[in-house]
Amino acid sequence: MTHLSASAVLGELLYRFLPVWIALFLTFALSIAYKRRLGLYGRIFDSPIGMVGFFLVMFWAYAAIFAGMIMTHDPLEQVYRLKDALPGTKMPAGTKGYPYYLLGGDHLARDVFSRMVAGAREVLIIAPAATVFAYMVGITLGLPAGYYAGRFDTVLSFVANLVLAFPVILLFYLLVTPAIRQVGIPVGLAAVLFLFPVIFLTILWNSRYFTVPWKRNLYVGLTLVIGLWAYSGLAFNADPLGVFAMDSNLLNVFVSVVFVNAPTVFRIVRGLTFDIKSRDYVAAAQTRGEGPWYIMLWEILPNARGPLIVDFCLRIGYTTILLGTLGFFGLGVSPESPDWGSTINAGRKLLSIYPWPAVVPAVALLSLVLGLNLLADGLREESLRD
Amino acid sequence: MLRFLLRRFGTMILTGLCLSFVVFYLTNLKPNLERLAKTQASARMTQSQVHDWLVEHGYGEPVLKRYGEWLGVVPGWTGKNTETGAPMGRCVDPNNPTTKAATYCGILQGTWGYSTVFRSSVSSILSTRLQATGILMLWVLILMIPVSLVVGIVSGMREGSRLDRGLSVASIATTATPEYVSGVVLIVLLSSPMMGLSPVLRHWGLLHGTALFKGSAASALDHVTFANFTLPVVTVALYGTGYIARMTRASMTEVMTAQYIRTARLKGVRFRTVVLKHALRNALIAPFTVIMLQIPWLLNGVVITETLFNYKGFGWTLVQAAEGNDIELLLGCSIVAVVVVLLTQLISDIGYIYLNPRIRIS
Amino acid sequence: MTDQTTWDPSQPILEIEHLSISFFTRLREIPAVMDFSCTVMPGEAMGLVGESGCGKSTVALGVMQDLGKNGRIVGGSIKFKGRDLCKMSDDELRAIRGKEIAMIYQEPMASLNPAMKIGEQLAEVPMIHEGLSRAKALELARQIVADVRLPDPDRILKAYPHQLSGGQQQRIVIAMALMSKPALLILDEPTTALDVTVEAGIVDLVKDLGEKYGTSMLFISHNLGLILETCDRLCVMYSGEAVETGAVAEVFDEMRHPYTQALFRSIPLPGADKNARPLIAIPGNFPLPHERPQGCNFGPRCDYFQKGRCDARDIAMDPVPGGDRHESRCLRFAEIDWDAPPQVAKTTEKSPIGPVVLKMDDLRKYYEVSSGAFGDGVAKVVKANESLSFEAHEGETLAIVGESGCGKSTFAKVLMGLETATSGEILLFDENIQDTPIQQRNANTVSSVQMVFQNPFDTLNPSMTVGRQIIRALEIFGEGRNDAERHQRMLELLDLVKLPRAFAERKPRQLSGGQKQRVGIARAFAGGAKIVVADEPVSALDVSVQAAVTDLLMEIQRKNRTTLLFISHDLSVVRYLSDRVMVMYLGHVVEIGTTDEVFSPPYHPYTEALLSAVPIADTRVKKKRIVLEGDIPSAMNPPPGCPFQTRCRWKSRVPGGLCDREMPPMREMGNGHQIKCHLSEEELASMEPVIQIAAE
Repeated sequence: MTHLSASAVLGELLYRFLPVWIALFLTFALSIAYKRRLGLYGRIFDSPIGMVGFFLVMFWAYAAIFAGMIMTHDPLEQVYRLKDALPGTKMPAGTKGYPYYLLGGDHLARDVFSRMVAGAREVLIIAPAATVFAYMVGITLGLPAGYYAGRFDTVLSFVANLVLAFPVILLFYLLVTPAIRQVGIPVGLAAVLFLFPVIFLTILWNSRYFTVPWKRNLYVGLTLVIGLWAYSGLAFNADPLGVFAMDSNLLNVFVSVVFVNAPTVFRIVRGLTFDIKSRDYVAAAQTRGEGPWYIMLWEILPNARGPLIVDFCLRIGYTTILLGTLGFFGLGVSPESPDWGSTINAGRKLLSIYPWPAVVPAVALLSLVLGLNLLADGLREESLRD
Repeated sequence: MLRFLLRRFGTMILTGLCLSFVVFYLTNLKPNLERLAKTQASARMTQSQVHDWLVEHGYGEPVLKRYGEWLGVVPGWTGKNTETGAPMGRCVDPNNPTTKAATYCGILQGTWGYSTVFRSSVSSILSTRLQATGILMLWVLILMIPVSLVVGIVSGMREGSRLDRGLSVASIATTATPEYVSGVVLIVLLSSPMMGLSPVLRHWGLLHGTALFKGSAASALDHVTFANFTLPVVTVALYGTGYIARMTRASMTEVMTAQYIRTARLKGVRFRTVVLKHALRNALIAPFTVIMLQIPWLLNGVVITETLFNYKGFGWTLVQAAEGNDIELLLGCSIVAVVVVLLTQLISDIGYIYLNPRIRIS
Repeated sequence: MTDQTTWDPSQPILEIEHLSISFFTRLREIPAVMDFSCTVMPGEAMGLVGESGCGKSTVALGVMQDLGKNGRIVGGSIKFKGRDLCKMSDDELRAIRGKEIAMIYQEPMASLNPAMKIGEQLAEVPMIHEGLSRAKALELARQIVADVRLPDPDRILKAYPHQLSGGQQQRIVIAMALMSKPALLILDEPTTALDVTVEAGIVDLVKDLGEKYGTSMLFISHNLGLILETCDRLCVMYSGEAVETGAVAEVFDEMRHPYTQALFRSIPLPGADKNARPLIAIPGNFPLPHERPQGCNFGPRCDYFQKGRCDARDIAMDPVPGGDRHESRCLRFAEIDWDAPPQVAKTTEKSPIGPVVLKMDDLRKYYEVSSGAFGDGVAKVVKANESLSFEAHEGETLAIVGESGCGKSTFAKVLMGLETATSGEILLFDENIQDTPIQQRNANTVSSVQMVFQNPFDTLNPSMTVGRQIIRALEIFGEGRNDAERHQRMLELLDLVKLPRAFAERKPRQLSGGQKQRVGIARAFAGGAKIVVADEPVSALDVSVQAAVTDLLMEIQRKNRTTLLFISHDLSVVRYLSDRVMVMYLGHVVEIGTTDEVFSPPYHPYTEALLSAVPIADTRVKKKRIVLEGDIPSAMNPPPGCPFQTRCRWKSRVPGGLCDREMPPMREMGNGHQIKCHLSEEELASMEPVIQIAAE
């Protein structure tokens, strides 16, 4: 028999994801058992929509973690007989390893299933990381803009609106090109954007612990040492120990995605700050002589967390879509990259004859983003309740 | 009000200038120009030959000055062809170099430049391509606005009802589906002769052609038909529909829990009238802004969809220009995009003020 | 089903019997109202009084059959004109809503549709219920708008809600309720969001209209004074139950339920005094709906509680013998000696007033604002404070009284250093601080001037534990040498404000309003504050906890000899606790003097109106009714001459239109009592006291 039937393919797929099922089962069992003690996270399990969303997200998160165990083939391995092979095709005699291409082969005869799982790992590292960086930038600039208002705010808001007025694709076509890498603009952008997490954490610790110098020195010192070390590696590829490094293609994509997301985060944080700064506890902090950064970071920011968490989920989804868009236009990714956007792009040429190489990553991306959006919706509903 | 509009207009022009300069700067980066020189003259030029070519063709000047020239506020560069001695310059017609050239020729004078990919003037390309995209957008809006508003209002009207939950999940699903995913899925489901619905329908004798819809919209440029235009329109509309429906729902649920809706209800107004007369106007203020701001967003969808369906409109042109290093065409596309964005922002501001009496009369 | 025409007008118009309403959440059923009965006769005004969360508003919504998705009537009946509202179809209910029963809400701005003109919103009612034509309906609307004493009805009908002031909006809401001449009017805290002088006007209007149209009323309020002024009968609610009901005078003078008694003993009535006759706070807290005790809900807080009897089983309403439909939900009301004088906790000596610690001299604070929604108007100067001069002594309570926009909050900001003064001086212990913003003040100055805020739900950072917040204040003020010392000091501060030490680990949302306010006080005193600005510290609290918090403030003040600047609009509290009073209007101090001087003639005309406007829950008090016309002018656009001239009833007594032209001088009335008024000595001397307590 050279083919698995549809149900056999399905059975095999379910079996391949076994580590994911076990992890999901444990996560859900533990979370539901202790949901009353887990704050907002526990309340996800009160909302069916939130639970479905969380399930989808965690499915992909675990798939990325256990990708090594799940993948049936090397995502770059080519078996020429299996070019555009149907899902469930048996490997030709004499090849070692797993005997089937579960979801078929693509136009370069690679295993669609393994590429999808490998793509999950790629997406689930870059999208959340880029979102975190965008948040650092947006928060560090949005807080003072909302708190001080005035000219500072006017200038920053103008710049943010400037970035937002660009159609995203045009911006990508301008920012993610080989030419721009030659000029060094991505590194310049990275030098600016990657500095924000370090600034953010330094101010965070300093404003809180300046009354207790030894604690302040410890936290700020650690932040600066680790932060600047990572910074040198990520932005300039100049880490003396070689732990932190980023491929120049990836850096370009990463920086562009952060750059596109940060202004929106900035606007959200600014609006929330505007709202919260008129509260009495902020006035109380002012009347006891707290510095502005303490007020922003310790009095305002924690109380803006509800909407920010919701937006964070949505934004990871949106970032995933942006990464897919980049892949779809072949921007900044190498042809062998298994990321979902470029796999869709590669598969779309023969879409009406061999649909699976494009449909599989499309469905994967759809389910992940859908999960994130459902999760965000569940969180929003739950945090609005009571 | 007038001062507000003037100020708004001033910001808009400033934004436009900043944006166009950024685009100009990024498209005129040195490596891009060098690539241009090599494609225009000879691929085997040496570094110094490239440099000479660039200087001769007016690319040697500082970027700010060239931006001014392109804009039409600085006189265009002039020079002489080193071989023939014929006058050259930004404003000189290359086919007819001896006729008297204008001093200024930038986009303000209507000179948009020449496309190296399509070998035609940028303005003529843009006008035909924009027309094609205009038709696409028109159908998208005709489909998207009524559907999204009705879905949003109906689900926001009775928050938490089964209908609301169903519609909400559907809207969330569409906002989670980027155009390159929905397009792929739609093509496979509806336009593949071997997969999805078409083979089934054919089997039942309901379909006589090869597939329900066409997976390519190239023919729609000449003649729009249901078969060749449905899928692109749906693909573009899908994402926006869900988004606007979500916004409308949020706005509607907020309004429906407002105290004044309770007032109306306890006045004895019937539910339908409460919704239509009291809630709707207040609930539509926010979505109106969203719809207007969604138009620039649609531009993204249009680029993806036109590429996917091979529909030669504005988005397709943008991709071709960007990939072909067609500097002037890409600049032209960017300006159009930026103008669209700024205009929609302006309209959304004015509309917001008009719809909201709290701001209008004060 | 009985038809409306067969209803006998001698029968009750509204008859609620054993009503129980519950809200259903995911976790549990929360009973909001239990076994509630009350009867409203035609033309009668029934007051529903109780603290927040007692279920009084739920009763109103139950009558309207508008309990939302989660609320449900789980027992009992509500009969309107003999027909059970709970059994009516939607169509029948709709025919009654707005036509027979109309409702007036707490927040007028929120209850008017922002996108519809006033005229349309009013005309809608008769168009629905009486099928009037639009023109006829508008004509009727015009007439009713004139009836609610709004000037220029034609202009108002064409206006949008946001173009009217809060008081005008509330009059429109009342007009809307009266459009179809309903038989029953439900008023849910209709004046809570308004200033006192505006409130007085609304109350007056409601009373007159009730008499004019013969409408029955269900008046919901937490304010006993208001109930006394407006209602014939009342029903006191506690934790979802009615605990006492009867005629207003009878319940006020011969209450037969311990809660009612405790309530009256905890509110500052004339005659109460912080030293000689202090208020008696109700111990403990209001029970949460799902933590109600067995038996009597009030049991755990009751002085007369008997174990094994009061907590044995549910207690029913029993008629009080000899009363006029007077009932009480107390097993022991026949045994209790209701005339026994209250056990006074402890009287204290009046503490001596020390030297001057704070001196303001001709302080001014102007803001520049650009008017207009688009920021394109001409920049205007708002004079938030004009020539403020006064002194505050150690250990003294100085009350600053005034309504919204009078500049009391701006003054607090300038004192705290959040804003700097435009001109004038602030001397704090002989140090000039008017130009020093808070960042430049040293820790000592900062910790010696602290503030207690108004809104208990806003005063603590919701995401930090109580202990952390107090420790943070200690860190900033440089108290304690290390974390352990500060932790110890924090626990002592919790002791000081009488909170259990375990609260240190709690988040603010686990605390009640009164407890949060105590934490706020502890935080303010963390650095040994010498001057505390208390910005309406108890106005957002329930009546029963107000006394306890006020008491606490007084006690700490006595102990630390703190100067208390007590900002308030509530003259009852002010009279109870302050040594001196400063009355402000539109940024000006119009009167300042000792409490006795300010509360007795001669008054500034504004003080006189303010005194008259405050409702007093005491049947013996005879008040002169002075209702101010119109609203408080905007501080952006103050009237020329005397700031109060637009509403002053004495203006005609000043010859030559002086009030229109000239700012009156601050006049010394002797002993430091000053009044800013043009009235002659004779006119001032001829003023009569506003409040008189009838001889017993």
